[in-house]
Amino acid sequence: MIPDFKQTVPVDQIGVDERVARFRTRSIKKESKLFALKLALQMVDLTTLEGMDSPGKVRQLCYKALYPHGTDPDIPRVAAICVYPNRVRLAAEILKGSGIHVASVATSFPSGMGTLESRIEEVKYAVDEGADEIDMVISRWAFLKGEYGFVFDEIAAIKEACGPAHLKVILETGELETYENIRKASDIAIYAGADFIKTSTGKISPAATMPVTLVMLYAIRDYFLKTGTRIGMKPAGGIRDSKTALHYLVMVKETLGADWLNPDLFRFGASSLANDLLMQILKQKTGHYQSPDYFSIG
Amino acid sequence: MSNRVNVLKTCKLYIGGKFSRSESEHYFQVLDKKQKPLANLCRASRKDLRNAIQAARKAQADWAGRTAYNRGQILYRMAEMLEGRRDQFITELERAAVSRRNAENEVDLAIDRLVHYAGWTDKYPALFSSVNPVASAHFNFSIPEPTGVVGVIAPDNGALIGLVSLIAPVIAGGNTCVVISSEKHGSIACTLAEIIHSSDVPGGVVNMLTGFRADLVPHLSAHMDVNAVLSAADDTDQKKIIQENAHLNVKRVHFYDGTDWLKEQSQSPYYIMDFQEIKTTWHPVGT
Repeated sequence: MIPDFKQTVPVDQIGVDERVARFRTRSIKKESKLFALKLALQMVDLTTLEGMDSPGKVRQLCYKALYPHGTDPDIPRVAAICVYPNRVRLAAEILKGSGIHVASVATSFPSGMGTLESRIEEVKYAVDEGADEIDMVISRWAFLKGEYGFVFDEIAAIKEACGPAHLKVILETGELETYENIRKASDIAIYAGADFIKTSTGKISPAATMPVTLVMLYAIRDYFLKTGTRIGMKPAGGIRDSKTALHYLVMVKETLGADWLNPDLFRFGASSLANDLLMQILKQKTGHYQSPDYFSIG
Repeated sequence: MSNRVNVLKTCKLYIGGKFSRSESEHYFQVLDKKQKPLANLCRASRKDLRNAIQAARKAQADWAGRTAYNRGQILYRMAEMLEGRRDQFITELERAAVSRRNAENEVDLAIDRLVHYAGWTDKYPALFSSVNPVASAHFNFSIPEPTGVVGVIAPDNGALIGLVSLIAPVIAGGNTCVVISSEKHGSIACTLAEIIHSSDVPGGVVNMLTGFRADLVPHLSAHMDVNAVLSAADDTDQKKIIQENAHLNVKRVHFYDGTDWLKEQSQSPYYIMDFQEIKTTWHPVGT
C-alpha cells in the first residue's frame, strides 16, 4: 500500500510551468468573480507568526476574522486564525462559537530542529489550549539526506499526538530544490497521515508558487484516484493579491475538481491577502476602486 | 542614403517610472495643427489608470519624506533637462499647435516655471506655517503637509506650459500624481514624461496617461485611493462628475479651467497650497 519512497515519481518541469502559465491567462469577471472572491476569503487562514505577537496583536487579528469589514453580513468570514501555541488559548476564547478554526504552528516551527519529544509535547500543548488544527514542519535536513523513513515516522507520530485536531504538514518547498523532491515529500506526508499538505512556513523565500502547488495537487489527485480519500491543500506565503488567489482557484478546480473548492479542502495561508480580497469584493459591489485607508488592519 | 525611412517614436504611457503600452492595446490618433496625422497614442484604460494610482500611492510616502531641499533639486533638474531639449520641444509644439515664436516663448516659460517651483519647495512651509496663541501651557503650531495622491487633468490650452504649471506645484508640495493628458496634445505629454524620467524624479511620483478623458475621469474621481483631483479641462459635464464622485472619500477638488498659463500670475506658492493639508500640533510646555 505505502509506496517505496526511494523510487522517484518523475515530474515534467516544462509541462508544469506551461500548465501554470495557462492558468495565469484565465480571466474571471462579474458575478463569477464576486463568487470566487468570496470563496477565496472563506479559505483564508489569517496568520500572524512573529516573535512580536503580543496578546493585543492576536486579539486584533481575531476581531478581523470575526468582522472582516464592519458588520456587513454579506461578507463571509475567514476559515481560521493561525498563531503560535502560546496565543492559542486567547484566540480560542475570542473565537469560541464563531465557527472559525484555531490553527497553531507547532513542532519547533519554522525550522523543525527540536527533538521529537519536545515537538510532540508542543503539539499536545497546542491541542490542550484549544487548537483544532496543527501546522507542523517536516525535518528538511532528514528529507534532503534521503532519510525518508525518519520523516514518515515523525509525521505519523505527530499525527497521533494531534488526536482530533487536523494536521497540516508544511513541506517548506523553498528548501526542497526540485519538483521531484516536492512530489516525494507530498507523498510521504499524505501516506503518513496528513489531512492537509502545505507549501511553506512563510519564513523562507520563495514561499508558495503556483508550479509548486500544482505538483502537490498532482500528488493529492493520484492519492485520491488510488484510495478515494481527499487530502487538503494549503499554499502559504507570498499570495498577496486577489488576482493570484483566483488563479489558484482555477488551478484547483481544473486539477482536482469542484469538490476541493471549499475551506475544508483548500486554504490560503496569508495575512495581507484578506484585505485585498475585501477591497476587490467592495470594488465589485460598488463599482469604485478601493483604498486600504478604509479597511481595518488584520 | 536619401531613401532612408524615418524611425518614428512609439508613444507609451508612463506608469511607475516605466514606459508601457496600454493594457487595453487600444490606440488613438492625434492630428497636428494642419489636421495631418501627428502620432498614434496609447488609449489608457481604467486598468492602466488603476495601475498608475497604485504606483503613485507606493511612491508617495518616500517622496513626501524627502527633504524639501532634495525635492527642489529634482525640480531644478527637470528644468535643466527641459533646457537641454529645448529645440525638440519647440519643434514639436510648432508642429502640434502654435507658431514658432509662441513655441519658443512657451518652452522658455515652462523652464522658468519649473525653476520657480524648485525654489519654493523649502520656503512655502515657512511662509504658510504659524505659531498659534493658545490659552494653555502648550506650544501650538500649524504646518502644511501634502494631501497625498492627486489626479491631474491637463488643459487643452498650453500643451506644454499647462502640463508643467499643474504638475510642478503638486509635486513640489510632496504629493504624487496621476496625469491625464490633453486629448489634443498627448504627444507633448509623452515627451515631457521622458524629461521627468531622466530628471531623478523617483518612479511613480508623476504618472502620465494619454487617452480619452471620458474613459478615465469617472474612475479617477471615484477611486477611493485618490485624495484630490485637479482639473484644468474646460468640460462642464466632467466637472459635475468629478464633484459628485469626490464625495465618496471627500476628495479635495480644484478647477483651474480658464486660466491663461502663459501669464506671469499663473505661478505662485498658492498653487502649492491648494494641495496641502494643515496639521496643528499641541506641544506641552512648562508653565
